[in-house]
Amino acid sequence: MPVIKEVDYGTPLSIAKTLVTLEIDGKPITVPSGTSVMRAAVEAGVQVPKLCATDNMEAFGSCRLCLVEIEGRRGTPASCTTPAEPGMKVRTQTPKLAKLRRGVMELYISDHPLDCLTCAANGDCELQDMAGVVGLREVRYGYDGANHLQAAKDESNPYFTFDPAKCIVCSRCVRACEEVQGTFALTIEGRGFESKVAAGNHNFLDSECVSCGACVQACPTATLVEKSVIEQGQAEHSVLTTCAYCGVGCSFKAEMKGNEVVRMVPFKDGKANHGHSCVKGRFAWGYTTHKDRILKPMIRAKTTDPWQEVSWEEAIGYAASEFKRIQAKYGQDSIGGITSSRCTNEESYLVQKLIRAAFGNNNTDTCARVCHSPTGYGLNATFGTSAGTQDFDSVDHADVIMVIGANPTDAHPVFASQMKRRLREGARLIVIDPRQIDLVKMPHVEASHHLALRPGTNVAVMNAISHVIVTEGLVDETFVKDFCETEAFERWRKFVAAERNSPETMAPITGVPAADIRAAARLYATGNGAIYYGLGVTEHAQGSTMVMALANLAMATGNLGRPGVGVNPLRGQNNVQGSCDMGAFPHEFTGYRHVSNEGVRRSFEQDWGVTLRADPGLRISNMLDAAVEGTFKGLYVQGEDIAQSDPNTKHVTAGLAAMECVVIQDMFLNETAMYAHVFLPGSSFLEKDGTFTNAERRLGMVRKAIPPTAGLADWEITMALSNALGYPMHYNHPSEIMDEIARLTPTFAGVSYQKLDELGSIQWPCNEKAPEGTPVMHIGGFARGKGRFMVTEFVATDERTSGRFPLILTTGRILSQYNVGAQTRRTENNIWHHEDVLEIHPFDAENRGIRDGDLVAIASRAGETTLRADVTERIQPGVVYTTFHHPVTGANVLTTEFSDWATSCPEYKVTAVEVRLAKRMSEWQEHYLETRRQTTQIQGAGATK
Amino acid sequence: MNSELMVHSANQIAQFFASYPHEEGVAGVADHIQKFWEKRMRQQLREYIAQGGSGLNELALEAAKRLG
Repeated sequence: MPVIKEVDYGTPLSIAKTLVTLEIDGKPITVPSGTSVMRAAVEAGVQVPKLCATDNMEAFGSCRLCLVEIEGRRGTPASCTTPAEPGMKVRTQTPKLAKLRRGVMELYISDHPLDCLTCAANGDCELQDMAGVVGLREVRYGYDGANHLQAAKDESNPYFTFDPAKCIVCSRCVRACEEVQGTFALTIEGRGFESKVAAGNHNFLDSECVSCGACVQACPTATLVEKSVIEQGQAEHSVLTTCAYCGVGCSFKAEMKGNEVVRMVPFKDGKANHGHSCVKGRFAWGYTTHKDRILKPMIRAKTTDPWQEVSWEEAIGYAASEFKRIQAKYGQDSIGGITSSRCTNEESYLVQKLIRAAFGNNNTDTCARVCHSPTGYGLNATFGTSAGTQDFDSVDHADVIMVIGANPTDAHPVFASQMKRRLREGARLIVIDPRQIDLVKMPHVEASHHLALRPGTNVAVMNAISHVIVTEGLVDETFVKDFCETEAFERWRKFVAAERNSPETMAPITGVPAADIRAAARLYATGNGAIYYGLGVTEHAQGSTMVMALANLAMATGNLGRPGVGVNPLRGQNNVQGSCDMGAFPHEFTGYRHVSNEGVRRSFEQDWGVTLRADPGLRISNMLDAAVEGTFKGLYVQGEDIAQSDPNTKHVTAGLAAMECVVIQDMFLNETAMYAHVFLPGSSFLEKDGTFTNAERRLGMVRKAIPPTAGLADWEITMALSNALGYPMHYNHPSEIMDEIARLTPTFAGVSYQKLDELGSIQWPCNEKAPEGTPVMHIGGFARGKGRFMVTEFVATDERTSGRFPLILTTGRILSQYNVGAQTRRTENNIWHHEDVLEIHPFDAENRGIRDGDLVAIASRAGETTLRADVTERIQPGVVYTTFHHPVTGANVLTTEFSDWATSCPEYKVTAVEVRLAKRMSEWQEHYLETRRQTTQIQGAGATK
Repeated sequence: MNSELMVHSANQIAQFFASYPHEEGVAGVADHIQKFWEKRMRQQLREYIAQGGSGLNELALEAAKRLG
């Protein structure tokens, strides 16, 4: 399709229910009360010239171009700031208005470089358009007066340029930074002629700017423009698709020139992002054409051999023959496979189908195992569905927002902007986190309570909050009576009311003063309380217990079943929800139905034409254990990098090294590929069709913008492998895979590509009861019938500090990098985060003679690595923090085999460690670098990847 | 998995269900292991119990004996 240009209504939509009818240029139009005259005009099909107005921010009234005349009123008011009123008669085109508008444009153009033909925005410039619209033919003031034409460009940001010579000081960029992104990095400096847009600390890169691109998108001229547009020119067509980064699942226009991406622009009608973006989705797509990409299939007999490039047929045939050989020798259960949350629904579905039907076992798992598996378990036990309860827009109705173990401004930045907007409107905020995340205190946002608990005490804190709810009469008795199991509730009520769960008793364990717990509990029970949580909840020994505790709290206070409330897991990667929905876990089919369920299993057997196993298969960690023990010998890994992302790296690599055939399907020779025997080159999200399901259960379309660079889309590779194994798969397009999913999965029964094209996106459940999907779940009752309260006794983790390991390490993410960094490390995002660092409190640093920037060794009972120290008070004494984006740091060398009791989700957030000054890399790091050098040689390529 | 980790995992499950009435707790632990542990792991647990089940807490031990 040609380049998509969304209609700009000039000012935001009014959600008022009362309507007003007015007349614009003789056309009657009825709009909600509070609608601007400008927006009403657009809705009536009348374009009013404008420069400072755009519909994702409030009217500003500064450009004086959108003036109109209104019958019975004096003067020429700005249509953007004038609300529509009943009976109003508006004229947008009169000789007087034309003269005024031309005069305004003359002033703008008198201080503007007249370089339209060579300007990057030529053809996409509102200033140019408006000059044409108002009929500008001369500039009476000439061009020799005082001007800004020599102002220096700011090219510090790697992705966009700021050229003040082209700026008309309309403030759209400043307002976008404030209203859309909520960062307040930009301002208008100076007054009158001296007025100019300024980023703090001299330039954009050194300022508070988070490079979300909102300012670039808002700019009506070429002042802020993408460097890719400067280099490549304007795009000629667009492809609507879904971002391949975090669980927000932003909708984007891939603006293309042939098969080259010119830029990625957030789609205004995207229901998850409403036209906003972050630095990753907006700009960090360069990895898709990075020189490190592997574009030919490769095989090798031993991991110390150089890779041999071969044909697709040979690679697939070799993988299939090895898997068959291994099964013949070691048994049917000696192989398995892993899919990734970076893969589409259709890809994940095919991988688990391949394993169940072609491998003949249930040894399928997905990386959600190591992030949100406790969410599935905990929410299923309490509500009956393994998914978050709300859509993102629900936050617009929240009165109190509780953020627990999540860092939305870094990990889910676009949703964080929506949340911050609600907070600026007056919603109150409770943050429960060991670290002082940005949300605790940032421009125009300040948490009412920050409960800086000790890592590993989540359940104790949540039980204490529930204790207050129960003992201070804050239970919504009507909700509980109507919608929850009475016996389970009474048992839970008695449990949390016990003195051992009181804030006062728990304070020495959690480190949180009892008064703060009580105040936070009282606040949460006031009005619409919404819970948002992340991996700081799930990646614990009691991850599933904590999810249940959150569900208990929401049920007890009646904060479910309507907009503004709910229990909302913020999923780390783009398709965590989807990979779980698709039956990628070893114990369940699509739609969270256990493999032992005979009726469900029979439906799959009939559809797939095979007999399926009724017993659960191995989880990822179990596969590695079995490999070390010698009973698991072959692994198919699609899009996942367990050697970097999974805990206890030495154990992971020992397991991989013990296997006889590891098949990696990926874009890059990732860390796991060091232990692989077959490499199948995968494709980026730009190269295939499919769907991702975001954190709000929303299926968004992934559309092929360019052909697969290596020749096959990932679903085609899995299909080829299955066919080579003797289990036939024949799909002509991923839409046929989705049709099969819908046929076999009641919650997806109404989903099809045709409907997705029509509606833009769909939130499951989507079936006869909800043909267009379900934004908010559990309205008028829970998916399981009655909600079930679960008893959530606090059990301290066995990972304890000691004299040898006196500090607690907790790990997390940062804005500019994504997961293992395979994508973002191959972009300019490295300018913000080129290495993992260790946050350590000044007190702990001083005790160890550590200064900011020192190289430090950090050791746990699992291993040791080194990295630079970041001495900061963001982290509390006794706790240190790092990220896992860079393989040479190897943060997971430190993490241990301890995991969530129910799901085996690793306890990434609690590892006992010691930190000391270091002079050189750790032995593990030296070994890693040498192993990488030895295992990534490609025959004839002359270089390692 | 190594025996130490297996015992740790089984005991963790039992710690969760220990809050429930005894029979419900035993059934909960057994059901959980049956639903989520692969057959090699269940077999390993059975063999471990046959050798005395050292280190397993009472609830885990009782539940493990019910495994099919």
